[in-house]
Amino acid sequence: MSVPRHWRENVKRYRLLGSKCKSCGKLHYPERTVCPQCKSRDLETFQFSGNGKIYSFTIVWSPPEGYEFCKPYAAALIELDEGEIVTAQLTDCDLEKLEIGMPVEPVVRKLFAYGESGIIVYGYKFRPILPKLK
Amino acid sequence: MEEVAIIGVGCTHVGEPWHKSLRNIAVESTWAAMDDANINQVDALVIGNMSSGNFNDQESLGSLISDYAGLGNISAFKVEGACGSGGAAFNAGVMAVASGYHDTVCVTGIEKMTDVVGDSATKILANASDREYEAIHGISFVGLNAMIMRRYMHDYNVKREDLCAFPVNSHKNAVHNKYAMFRKEIKLESVINSPMVADPMTLMECAPICDGSASLILTTKEKAKEYTDTPIIVKGSSVKVDTIGVHDRKTVTSMKATIAAASDAYRQSGLSSADIDTLELHDAFSIMGAIGLEDLGFAERGKGASMAAEGQIAIGGKLPCCTFGGLKARGHPVGATGVYQLAELCWNLRGDGKVEAENGMAQNIGGTGSTVSVTILGRD
Amino acid sequence: MKTIKDIGIVGYGAYVPMYRIKNSDIARVWGNDPNRVPVKEKSVPGPDEDACTIACEASKNALLRAKINPQSLGAVWVGTESKPYAVKPTSTIVAEVIGATPNINAADWEFACKAGTEALQGALGYVGSGMSNYALAIGVDTAQGQPADALEYTAAAGGSALIVGPASEAVAHYEGSCSFVTDTPDFWRRQHEHYPKHASRFTGMPAYFYHITNAAKTLCSELGTEPNEYDYVILHQPNTKFPMAAAGMLGVDKEKVIPGLIAPYIGNTYAGSAVLGLAAVFDVAKPGERVLCVSYGSGAGSDAFSFTMTDRIDEVRNEAPNVKSYVGRRVSIDYATYARYRQKIRM
Repeated sequence: MSVPRHWRENVKRYRLLGSKCKSCGKLHYPERTVCPQCKSRDLETFQFSGNGKIYSFTIVWSPPEGYEFCKPYAAALIELDEGEIVTAQLTDCDLEKLEIGMPVEPVVRKLFAYGESGIIVYGYKFRPILPKLK
Repeated sequence: MEEVAIIGVGCTHVGEPWHKSLRNIAVESTWAAMDDANINQVDALVIGNMSSGNFNDQESLGSLISDYAGLGNISAFKVEGACGSGGAAFNAGVMAVASGYHDTVCVTGIEKMTDVVGDSATKILANASDREYEAIHGISFVGLNAMIMRRYMHDYNVKREDLCAFPVNSHKNAVHNKYAMFRKEIKLESVINSPMVADPMTLMECAPICDGSASLILTTKEKAKEYTDTPIIVKGSSVKVDTIGVHDRKTVTSMKATIAAASDAYRQSGLSSADIDTLELHDAFSIMGAIGLEDLGFAERGKGASMAAEGQIAIGGKLPCCTFGGLKARGHPVGATGVYQLAELCWNLRGDGKVEAENGMAQNIGGTGSTVSVTILGRD
Repeated sequence: MKTIKDIGIVGYGAYVPMYRIKNSDIARVWGNDPNRVPVKEKSVPGPDEDACTIACEASKNALLRAKINPQSLGAVWVGTESKPYAVKPTSTIVAEVIGATPNINAADWEFACKAGTEALQGALGYVGSGMSNYALAIGVDTAQGQPADALEYTAAAGGSALIVGPASEAVAHYEGSCSFVTDTPDFWRRQHEHYPKHASRFTGMPAYFYHITNAAKTLCSELGTEPNEYDYVILHQPNTKFPMAAAGMLGVDKEKVIPGLIAPYIGNTYAGSAVLGLAAVFDVAKPGERVLCVSYGSGAGSDAFSFTMTDRIDEVRNEAPNVKSYVGRRVSIDYATYARYRQKIRM
């Protein structure tokens, strides 16, 4: 159970904090210390909006150890409005109705827990946009 | 630089040898290759292995295997590149001989995955992906490939059935391979209708979890004559990397690491795709087979699956692929696979296989394309 | 009680999970009459949800309406009886998620179903005394109902967040509040027990009704008002019968209770109950209308609050999803799936 590893990532996972290259403007999620586009090391924190659409997805029927509690669940590549692609689970969705291109919004949910007594790891997932009723 | 030749080939039966430990099977294939080369000592041992620390609670494989093989105080170490460890270890061995640093090198690819039970293997395999930004989301390795598959089908209007042609071909070819894990043919309908692992990827499109060890003895082309009449020449050997996460690639339906490694290997050998007579594709998942054919220059973009569906990859077809069963049917003991592929190329090139070949190519992929080795072997 | 500074609610936000289980299905499993049930259906949290994730979404919605920089919050306080950790505050996670750390006070509050209004009472004091410009109070629960017990029909999940701030920015101006508390053991959960226990009919007159009516009367007496003078009266809603009966005892017309009554649709969200009712009222109330909100928490006690809506409510109401959007988002599940999601199956 790596407490330091999860603590190190937690704020970035809660808020979708990435980085932006001050030299070439490229946005990165996850954050970088070296820009993969221009190799600059002059980077700053960037807050992504979290809104985006499904780029590709799968429905996981054979989860890795520790993830059975949500089985079956959808996981996806999400193309954020800013252009970057992130990997995440989808939640609160009808597994039969998923489509490439579906707009999604970010939520904070339980990713997994180390059993009954270990820490809980929270982070981003995405769901179809909540319909607004009057 | 020296030209490098393979003078000995050996491997173990791929499967679930419950009574044999990691060191047992590694020593078995190492000595099988040394026997094949008619030698009883090497200068260096390069081990290809993905995750002995996790599967077997054992590191220090260079020392362990050299020790139990009785090889004494030689140079030995592990090379890791996820499921591409075998190809990467081979490249390290080639560099050692080509540079003149060592005379004879044994490359042993070994993985004993069945020492862990239940879902543990799935979790360990996910270490090949980006732990903090892919695996943490419970995506599973099959899941990542399933997403690549779905996007590929969407972009190129490809039917699932065409991709299922890869495992059918692999199984057919494994029937004659005494080392293969699965030696039975399978029908296309069985593949299409097998249980869904990560939609749209079914169970029979995925390579199995298994154990195996394969070894090759390398020496210079010049010295090879002392050992064998059928040395197999290493005409091109390259390992390249790409981003660790699928989400960071400009396109998910092509592997830049494959393109870069292939370009390098073609350049080293002076050959082109037209010169390649047989191909050991990395068909861990059906989609990797399709994308591999395209990235290596054998099929146009989006046409890799139809090439398989049309039977062009069959023995007797335009480009026989996975001629001893590939990862799907011969098996995929992850760190060892890259060396199995090269052993199979050697058998074909020596005339001991079902394919007549002058030159052959092997592609070994680590992760979802984060590390790729491309090797071209040929007859002298 | 009143505050030194002139303050009010500057932002509010709600969240209810989308899964529902019908009371008639619960009745059928345990051999009860499916026609004699307290509510139609109750909300069930999904397997990846808990009190913390619900608090996070409700808080984000509150911030959307308040339009403040989360760094200007002085406190993030979660009131709940279903904390994911017995020791480790949910509030620190919520504070980190919304970007309010590190110059912040964070703590979890407990007083059964009135933990949310406890946190609100504290937030009003914190901001009202001038210690901070803004404070966030959340009432949330993913209540566990013992299988086959009467409370299983209503133990639900949901939450609501309220940001307290200056009156000049308020959507609802704060006029006063009070608390009415005694040591009354009507419902409790011992340290290591999974499910709470209750004292059946004792939870009625000496517990719920005694405290809720007295808190309402005490506050109205201090402010010189009568409960029926208010345009909306929100009461803690463990089911439909209790709040309607309490309204009757206070002489409040039924129509004034109904807009804030969501228990018939989603069950009892425990610490989320009164504050979700309050959010539902804020969704529809007009500037100038008066709101009386009285919670109840077992153990026992009630907090009562008096608000008057301001013009600002019309400006920011639509900045975040309303309670109806969450209540209307429903996916029906069966008892087996509900038992799995609520981890009632011994593994």
